[in-house]
Amino acid sequence: MPSPYLANNDADRQAMLRDIGVSSVEELFKDVPEKYRNANFKLPSPLSELELKEEMRQLSNRNANLEDYTCFLGAGYYRHFIPSVVGHITGRSEFYTAYTPYQAEVSQGTLQTIYEYQSLVCQLTGMEVSNAGMYDGSTAAAEAALMAWRITRKGKIAALSTVSPRYLRVIETYVSGHSIPLEKVEPNLDGLSADCACLVVQQPNFFGYFEDMAAYAQKAHGAGALLVAIVDPVSLGMFKSPADYGADIIVAEGQALGNPTSFGGPGLGIFTCRKDYLRQMPGRIVGKTVDVDGKPGYVLTMATREQHIRRERATSNICTNEALVALATAVYLATLGKEGLRQVAELCYHKAHYAASAIAKLEGYSLVFQQPFFEEFVVRCPVAPSQISDVLFKEGIIGGLDISDMIDNGMLFCVTEVNTKSEIDRLVEILGKFRGIKK
Amino acid sequence: MSHHYLLPDISQPGKIGCSLPELDVAPAELPAGELLRREVGLPEVSEVELVRYFTALSKLNYGVDTGFYPLGSCTMKYNPKLHEDIVKLPGLASIHPYQPVESVQGALQLMFELQEYLAEITGMSATSLAPMAGAQGELTGILMVKAYHQNRGDKARRKILVPDSAHGTNPATSVMCGFETNAVPSDENGNLDFKSLESMMNEEVAGLTLTLPNTLGLFDPQILEISRLVHERGGLLIGDGANLNSVLGKVKFGELGVDCVQLNLHKTFSTPHGGGGPGSGPVCVQASLADFLPSPLVIKNGKGYTFTSPAKSIGRLGAAYGNFGVMVKAYAYIRSLGAEGLREVSENAVLNANYLKEKLKAYYHLPYDRTCMHEVVFSGKKQKEKGVKTLDIAKRLLDYGFHPPTVYFPLVVDEALMIEPTETESKATLDAYIDTMKEIAREAEEDPEILHTAPHNTPVRRLDEVKAAREPDLRWELGK
Repeated sequence: MPSPYLANNDADRQAMLRDIGVSSVEELFKDVPEKYRNANFKLPSPLSELELKEEMRQLSNRNANLEDYTCFLGAGYYRHFIPSVVGHITGRSEFYTAYTPYQAEVSQGTLQTIYEYQSLVCQLTGMEVSNAGMYDGSTAAAEAALMAWRITRKGKIAALSTVSPRYLRVIETYVSGHSIPLEKVEPNLDGLSADCACLVVQQPNFFGYFEDMAAYAQKAHGAGALLVAIVDPVSLGMFKSPADYGADIIVAEGQALGNPTSFGGPGLGIFTCRKDYLRQMPGRIVGKTVDVDGKPGYVLTMATREQHIRRERATSNICTNEALVALATAVYLATLGKEGLRQVAELCYHKAHYAASAIAKLEGYSLVFQQPFFEEFVVRCPVAPSQISDVLFKEGIIGGLDISDMIDNGMLFCVTEVNTKSEIDRLVEILGKFRGIKK
Repeated sequence: MSHHYLLPDISQPGKIGCSLPELDVAPAELPAGELLRREVGLPEVSEVELVRYFTALSKLNYGVDTGFYPLGSCTMKYNPKLHEDIVKLPGLASIHPYQPVESVQGALQLMFELQEYLAEITGMSATSLAPMAGAQGELTGILMVKAYHQNRGDKARRKILVPDSAHGTNPATSVMCGFETNAVPSDENGNLDFKSLESMMNEEVAGLTLTLPNTLGLFDPQILEISRLVHERGGLLIGDGANLNSVLGKVKFGELGVDCVQLNLHKTFSTPHGGGGPGSGPVCVQASLADFLPSPLVIKNGKGYTFTSPAKSIGRLGAAYGNFGVMVKAYAYIRSLGAEGLREVSENAVLNANYLKEKLKAYYHLPYDRTCMHEVVFSGKKQKEKGVKTLDIAKRLLDYGFHPPTVYFPLVVDEALMIEPTETESKATLDAYIDTMKEIAREAEEDPEILHTAPHNTPVRRLDEVKAAREPDLRWELGK
């Protein structure tokens, strides 16, 4: 059966071969050593569209999805409400089937939406400039560390122990290329050593609570280092940004802003910084300009930082990024707007606090940290969190993240605006059944 | 129909683009005021105004669904609509990366099988799906090469050789991994200059990066000699799979002696480019490098599928497992085509490119007149003599409703025009494009001015890039 994705039939192919002057397609592969020209491939037999759709539906059904299950899991990926507008805009094929906007004259749609994205994200983080996005929050943090290393020309990266362990591991991978040591420091640090390029912090931190950004900014700047802050973008709907305390680079995972969790990818690395560091930024940047008739328009700019121009002296090797996710993020921020994002943040805050205080009242449970928090909090459970997760799952609930490797019987819960009061009450009820069970 | 307004221009107090539920629990006490933000400076726009704004913007774009997009080295093939539907299935879109593995066995099965398929397609022994784009796949490869030599106690290898025709990501990546790069020249046939390679490949060299076929769209017939030489001198052959579309289902990189290769699922495996991403850049390796793969990999054991970390892993590349949504589309693509269908992809891609080459070589200078693979690189040399630049040709194509080819790359060709038709285009489309290219060649002779001033009928005309870079205007500020 002919493939629907090929537009030529046999007659076309024969005519083309004739015009080329060869008798078979095989002749066009003559530069490949003959022995290796037609390898044997063991792959499953092809499926029709109908069969494939059914097979994918079955694969999908083997996963417990967050539409059928109640979810209290966060830790960097968050389930928030996604207005229908978002999918309808990103679903326009003029956006999703276009390439990187190198030909500006026929890419104004992509370029102007990136300019909107850069603007919206700057408004949100309170920073001066943004790029067009990185792969995810963790690689944005790693690239921020490398950028601080280039700016300060100092030999070490310091990061707080309260930063997400996965982010720390990604930073470690990225700085390993230059053999830059990553030093983990505790929240109560006295000061930073003079050889640190930056201090990487997370606000709210991995455990969900807010830390003293002013103190960290002072310590970092006092040592001649930059302050790199990782933020939860939804929290910025009601909480101050580390920019207000003097952060130099702010990065975030953008998934929470209008994108499904999608098993962790694609996400979006939001990357914003102070204007002074613009020319050290990694990634693409869109700027506004005019055309030959004086009409406003947009182009990719400052390309002399990038690999396709600067090659071995580029600020990063990044090329393909997460443009369509950035578009979704821009549409989401514009859809919610000033009041909507505040409302979402407040809903998360109040519901998470309702849940936390109810759980804390249960016999055998306690909140591990007393500091202010946003939508995530750590509970010390009376039994191993894995045991609780199993029971919750049978009841149709995906519980918090088991962090007993970091905190004794610790479970990191997340509550967002999508969790209803009855879902929270049900969670609390099931957790309550573990009281009295010995550790 | 250019759009001279931005979101702040349509923002008015009291508007919103969606509705949200009322709080259904008792409100909690707010934390200390110094933590709280007074307001978020986001615009306020109604749903209908938003939809019309973004819809209008979409119409200023050219995509594969709009028309022929022969952007060399980018593999802008048609993207099956089925993929857009399945990726939205709740069990694929709405799953959390940190759910218990028992609750995501379908996702892990898909990843496991995709790892296996890609290893089979490249002739390698293991695959990591973690890299989120081609460049991150390259980074993975080079970091593994570094770890491999260090693990052998060989610390002297501080250089990576990169052909002068390579993508910018190759040298940029090597430098990010702490290596120095040396450019290997191309010979007069567009192949790697073997004599130069022989003199450069020494005990300081960790490996050679090689795009297969190369960025000139040519398959280097010396591949086996190159691989033998690199290995004899203790180095590794680091493939760049950006051009896999030319040998998909035909040739296995592993059998040619490639030690590791990154693939671009967003090119070869037909997932749309999204205006610049998301992509996915899996890395496939020989057994000798498998222990260094990034964490985690998916394995199958008696209980089902689970994650594992290779013994000497270079570490993590992201907070989750890579761009799962892109993997879903690539998986569906492979399942819909099978081995035979994949072979047809490359055969048709190569046929289309050679057809364009034959039909246009009388009109545009062809620097390497030999059989090409999935793309052909012309030079605008003839037209330049008339004062017409390659950029002018590219812009004139826009007037005729075609997306231009990649221009000024690879750097080794003066005024390069790199055309990659892909397998999904029909002879009728190619013929229309050929006629247009001939017409433009005629215009270059007879009416060069019309090319200098092109494009004429696009939403905007040529933009002032110098102004954009010198007076950066990178965002709006609300209220200013």
